[in-house]
Formats: sequence, C-alpha cells, structure tokens
Amino acid sequence: MTPLLVLPIVIPLLTAAVTLLAHGSPRTQRTVPVAGALGLLVAGVLLLWTVERQGILVLQLGNWPAPFGITLVADLFSALMVAVTSLIGAAVAVYSLVAIDETRERFGYHPLLHALLASVCGAFLTGDLFNLYVWFEVMLMASFVLLALGGGRPQIEGAMKYVTLNLVASAFFLAAVGILYGVAGSLNMADLAVKLENGSAPGVTTVVAMLFLVAFGIKAGVFPLFFWLPASYHTPPVVVSALFAGLLTKVGVYALIRVFTLLFVHDVGYTHTLILVIAGLTMITGVLGAVSQNDFRRILSFHIVSQIGYMVMGLGLFTRLALAGSVFYIVHHIIVKTNLFLVSGVVDRLRGTLQLSSLGGLYESRPLLAGLFLVPALSLAGLPPFSGFFAKLALIHAGFEAEQYLIVGVALAVGLLTLVSMMKIWAEAFWKPLPPDAPETPVQGGLSLMVGPIAVLATVTVLIGLGAGPLFEISMRAADQLMDREGYIRAVLGDGS
Amino acid sequence: MELLLAVVVGGLYAGGIYLMLRRSIVKIIFGLALLGHAANLLIFTSAGLTRGRAPLIPVSGSVAGGTLADPLPQAVILTAIVISFGVVAFALVLFRRGWQAAETDDPDVLRITET
Repeated sequence: MTPLLVLPIVIPLLTAAVTLLAHGSPRTQRTVPVAGALGLLVAGVLLLWTVERQGILVLQLGNWPAPFGITLVADLFSALMVAVTSLIGAAVAVYSLVAIDETRERFGYHPLLHALLASVCGAFLTGDLFNLYVWFEVMLMASFVLLALGGGRPQIEGAMKYVTLNLVASAFFLAAVGILYGVAGSLNMADLAVKLENGSAPGVTTVVAMLFLVAFGIKAGVFPLFFWLPASYHTPPVVVSALFAGLLTKVGVYALIRVFTLLFVHDVGYTHTLILVIAGLTMITGVLGAVSQNDFRRILSFHIVSQIGYMVMGLGLFTRLALAGSVFYIVHHIIVKTNLFLVSGVVDRLRGTLQLSSLGGLYESRPLLAGLFLVPALSLAGLPPFSGFFAKLALIHAGFEAEQYLIVGVALAVGLLTLVSMMKIWAEAFWKPLPPDAPETPVQGGLSLMVGPIAVLATVTVLIGLGAGPLFEISMRAADQLMDREGYIRAVLGDGS
Repeated sequence: MELLLAVVVGGLYAGGIYLMLRRSIVKIIFGLALLGHAANLLIFTSAGLTRGRAPLIPVSGSVAGGTLADPLPQAVILTAIVISFGVVAFALVLFRRGWQAAETDDPDVLRITET
C-alpha cells in the first residue's frame, strides 16, 4: 500500500534520470521513456484501484507525524487524476517517438517529459501546501524548457509570455502561502482545514482565498487571466501542445477544487459565487475566441479556456452532483483534448500546415483519421453517446438543482458554439476538397505510431461514453470525499484530532 | 520592526509591478525578481518576527528551552530563494534568446504569436 503512493512520482523521476544518463545512446533514450511511461500507467491504474477499494491512502514521508512532515494523500479525486495523467503520459511517450525531431531529443526532450509527468503526479498527490508550490515550480521549469526547446522566434516569444505570467502566478501563490502560515501557523492542508475552521480572522482568510484564486486562476487559465494560453500553446511541437493542453491547466483546476473544498469553505456565499461568475465568463470568452480563429491548434487552444469554465462551474455550484460533474468533466476533458491535439499533429505531418484555409480533402484520403477526429470533437461538444455528453449532463443537472439558470443557459449555449467550431474544423480540414494551391508535402513514415495512441484515446472516450455509469459512480464517490472534509482530515491527522 | 518590513515589502511589490509594466523585457525580469523577494520577505514578516535562539535541542537535555525562532518560515524561504534563483536564471537566458530572435527590447513588438 505504502509504495503505491510514491510510485507515480518515483517512476517518472527515475525514467528522467536514466534517460538523462543515457544521453549518448539514442536507442536507450527512446526505449526507456516508453517503458517508464507504461510503468507509470500500471502504477496509476493500481493506485486508482486500491483507493477505490480501500478509501483514502495516506503516507507520512520520513515517518514524521502529520502536521510536521510532508504528507502524501490520495483520495479518489487525486487517484483519478493520477490515473488519467499516466494514460496521457503513455500516449504522448509513444507518439513522441516519431513526432519529435532528433535535435530536440538530443537536448533532453524525453527527460523533460518525464520530469513534467512526475511533477504533475506530485501536485495531485501532495497534502501539503508548500509542497504543492514546489511541485508547481518543478512543473513550470519542465514546461518552460519543453515550450522553448529548439524553437525559432514564435516559440521563444510564446515561451516568454508563458514564463512571465506563470512566474507572476507563482509569486502570488507564494505570498498566499506565507500569509496563510501567518494566519493559521500550518502548511499541512488537513491541519489548515481544522485551524481555519476554528480561526478568528475570517476576513484575512477570505483575502488569502482570493490570492489563491488569482494564483491558481492564472495556472488554470480562467477569465480574465488566460491570455498567456492562446498566445503560447500553438507555438511548440504539436505533441508538447497536446501534453500541456491535457495536463497543465488541469493541475490549476485541481488545486482550485482542492483548496476551495477543503480550506476555504467559511464564506461560500462570497467565494463560490465569485467562482461561478468567473466560470460563466471563462466559457463565453473562450468559445468566442475559438469561433473567431482559423488555425487548427488556435481553435483548440481557445477551447481549453472555455472547457475550463465548465470544470470551474461545478466548483462554483458547490453541490455533490456538481463536484461529481466537475471530476467527470476533468477526466473526460484531459483525454479528449490531448487526443484532438494529437490528431492535429498527424494533420500537420500529412499536410505541413495547420491553417484551415490550406487544408482539405482529408476525409477522402484518410477516412480513418477523419473518424478518429470526429470522436473527440463530438465528445468535446457534448454529443451523445460520447463522454462529453454525460459530463455536461451532470453539470447542467446540478445547475438546475441549484436553481442557477443563467449559468445553465451559458453552458448550453457554449456547448452549441463548441459544436460550431468543431464542425468548422471538420468542414475545412476534412470535408472540403483540397484547395489547388495547397502546399504538397511528402508523407513521412511512422504514422502508425502516431495514430495508435490516438485510436487508444478515442476508444477510451467511446468506452467512457457507452459505460458512463461506473466512472460516474466513482466521480460521485470522489465528490462525496471532497464534501466530507472530516474524512480527509481524519485520514491525514489520525483519529486523535 | 513589523511596520518597517511591511513598508519594505510594499515597496518591493510596487517596484516589481512598476518594472513589469514598463516597455522593456529586461525590466520584466527585474520586476519578477523583485516580486520574488517581496514574497519571501512577506512570509518572513507574516510568520511573526521573534527574537529567539535557533530551535536546537542541547545534547544534555531533551527539550529546547527559552524563546525559539520558528524554523519553518526560514526553511520555506530558503527553498523559495533557490527556486526563484533557478527560474530567474532560466528567464534571463530565454529573454536573451528572445532578444536575439526579435532584435528588440520592446514587448509591444513581440506580437507574432497573437492574432
């Protein structure tokens, strides 16, 4: 039981170290990352399975008792996130074998990829606020280099914007941690939850909560803090975009959900209503941005923003069903969004451009790829029987139950606009005939290694859609655990407190 | 002492944000560094300034007596300093590459990734 909690962090770190040491051997540099990613997948699924059967797992690192040492905690929400991260990690590791050029490989693409996976898993598993900050920084460092690696001017420019805004977010996060320590005198999240509940300064606590909202909001890309995202996500190699799109912003959303269910629930009427308003505005601005774009990857980037709105909406409604909807939505979104970016990578490889105006004819020449695009695209828009439908259904149901009709209307309208822009990609890139002036690029080999992960992720999307029951039941139980703060606190601090 | 440090922290934040708003990518980095320092001093101040000894337990006893300084904020700040050192070093290199690629120090010219 104990090693399971460390494995999702240790496996990718070890993989990164070995890959780094095997600097001179390209073959080792290619086999070890795939093996490591598959190992992580096994560990992630095992962790989810164990947490699902045994409840919240807790590990006190170095055997220091809870509020003093660093604690690793895996409740169902964390375990789900780790499992889905490991799935994405495996898909991306295989896809990278053909999608990443030799120069980037030589400059350490594979170790960075695994450092990123380790830090994302670490952020999901930690039960300590400062430790969360450290994992965020590890994640930022890895993502900075991945984003800038081997690039020309657009990539460097995108990276500069990304780096600046994320560092500002880190500064806010650090300041918030500091003030919170001054107020409550602890950094362990369970301990903080107890101390804030009995705290005497609700005003200061709300201020700190807002600081966390800004810090995590920048990372998650919510309105009005998302501008770094569409300015940078379309510049690096597609597979890096796919990884970022799937995982990074979701770590921000995870952190938001964690602190606003565990720590800051003293003034729900103020904080969570604000979050709900932000969620609505995020959906609208994201989808409007997407509709106005004409580049495959830029459309997808703006859709990340609008989809973040849905996840945050569940947190804003703050009921059991709404949180379950959020959890379900994050799981569905990570898979679908990564997959869409991976499809755009194949399109880029086939045609050499992602401008919709010079694309076309892909349905005729590559019907399988077209089908593999449609599955995640329709799922993203929320059409049955794919996973997105059930995710949206739960959120909208929760919205009606909470009598928040405005946000429900926004969510439905944004779903429709999502469908519009997905159909735009479909019509332009796949359905219309190839324009005569389109640049002709020879098809390079190795496409099967790119299409393979896409097919696997698309299958998972369909499976989640067809068998939504089990995953939704797990999401409900994860939401139960999120609402039941006492359970989390007892698991971390022991029965004595 | 708290008041003095509060003024210093506020000044650092103001200076950092002012520098970041200037039209120069070099000043953005200086601004980021100042924000980091401000956050570190903020932790130091808000955790409470105590005039005390290091929390070491003497060899002869099992409990450290007297007034002790809280070691945790110092550990936190030390970690944060190391992290921000690495991050600022990376940002410097990245911004230098950006300057080489775009041959400008003006962030307003860096618009080719926008629409």
